[in-house]
Amino acid sequence: MVASRGNNSSPARIPALGLRVIVLILVSIVLMYLDHRQNHLDGIRRGIGAAVYPVRLLVDAPVRFWAWLGESTTSRNELELELGRLQAERLLTNARLQRLTALEAENARLRALLEARTRVRDEVRVAEIMAVDANPYEHNLVIDIGTRDGVYDGQAIVDANGVVGQVIETGIMTSQAVLISDADHALPVEVNRNGLRTIAVGTGEIDRLDLPFLPNNADIRAGDLLVTSGLGGAFPSGYPVAVVDSVTRMPSEPFADVSATPSAALDQVREVMLVWSAPPVAPEDDVEEDSE
Amino acid sequence: MSRAERRLPVLITLLVGLMLSIMPLPDSAEPFRPDWLALLLIFWAMQLPRSWSVGTAWIVGVVLDVSYGTLLGQHAVALCVIVFITVRFHLLMRVFPLSQLTLTVFALLALYQFILFWINGVAGVTAPSITYWAPVITGTLLWPFFHMFLSGIRFRPSSGA
Repeated sequence: MVASRGNNSSPARIPALGLRVIVLILVSIVLMYLDHRQNHLDGIRRGIGAAVYPVRLLVDAPVRFWAWLGESTTSRNELELELGRLQAERLLTNARLQRLTALEAENARLRALLEARTRVRDEVRVAEIMAVDANPYEHNLVIDIGTRDGVYDGQAIVDANGVVGQVIETGIMTSQAVLISDADHALPVEVNRNGLRTIAVGTGEIDRLDLPFLPNNADIRAGDLLVTSGLGGAFPSGYPVAVVDSVTRMPSEPFADVSATPSAALDQVREVMLVWSAPPVAPEDDVEEDSE
Repeated sequence: MSRAERRLPVLITLLVGLMLSIMPLPDSAEPFRPDWLALLLIFWAMQLPRSWSVGTAWIVGVVLDVSYGTLLGQHAVALCVIVFITVRFHLLMRVFPLSQLTLTVFALLALYQFILFWINGVAGVTAPSITYWAPVITGTLLWPFFHMFLSGIRFRPSSGA
């Protein structure tokens, strides 16, 4: 550094300070421009992200320790209760799963009849959310797997109940994801009941999504389940997203005011699943659209 | 005292500052999280402007940008500017009484937050609510204690200063 000579108490001017600050500001402006326009800087981000990883682990450690302590001191009674509950739940799920297998087979047969391509099952992997806050004014979270495990930008994230969000930035060992409730996030969905397609936009509130592009006469009502339509390309189709909770039709406005509650507990999840969806359908397989 | 030995306390405080900056807080306390690293950099730039000035601020800023997922260079610019002003007036600021120094820090933090706000605006990031400015207030209120605590580290008898 230029300023290494002399000791700190000498009251002289710091040499070339103005020049240095101007250079650094120019470099920053170039960086910001590149970062905003293109994604050339992903490598740099990834490198620095890897360097910050130990700090993230350090911050995360006490929280994990508390969770571990809580787990190891749960009373036997509570554990037994939970075991009972889980066994009941498993029975129920298994029963449903049997039907699902049958349905899946039937679905494959019907699709074969339509000469459409069978849907490949999505591959999933569980990731843990690290107790690290990203930007407080965006609904972001940091998960503990990264490019090393094959995570890619735009990858869908779900939990047991529905879609949580998607990966926006991959690091080597951690990735950042944006929640569907983020004000800048929009997600192509369809109404499960009738296949009506629309877009669910985040509101910045953790428990509400907006559907701003539905005309007043659209067939939608409170209680409708919205699932991903798979049209955006990022999300595989068929995952539950939200349940419509209010539809307000105002005759003076072109669009109805529809809001929905996300199915996933966005502010409570600790573990999420990353979905590797089947590769995009090749152009010659467009039979589905033709037959509809 | 060796150079490395002199740098260690500053590096440790910066590391702790980074941890405090990304530590999870309850949602209600989240908007009030002070800008720890801005406070630290102001203090060290005032005390040791030859070793810790705009270069350090820039590096810390880039690390902060990566941690927060903001535009690369955003926090770097903001920190650079306030540290530049601090270094420029460090002699003056050293002789300020604590009350006046706290007011100066208030102005610096407000400038810092404003630069971030302005870059957000240019980049088209959604405008946040009024609580966006809360860290300026909490940072200023913390400054007197912060200053006393860090002075304790800086002017320990063993540091030979």
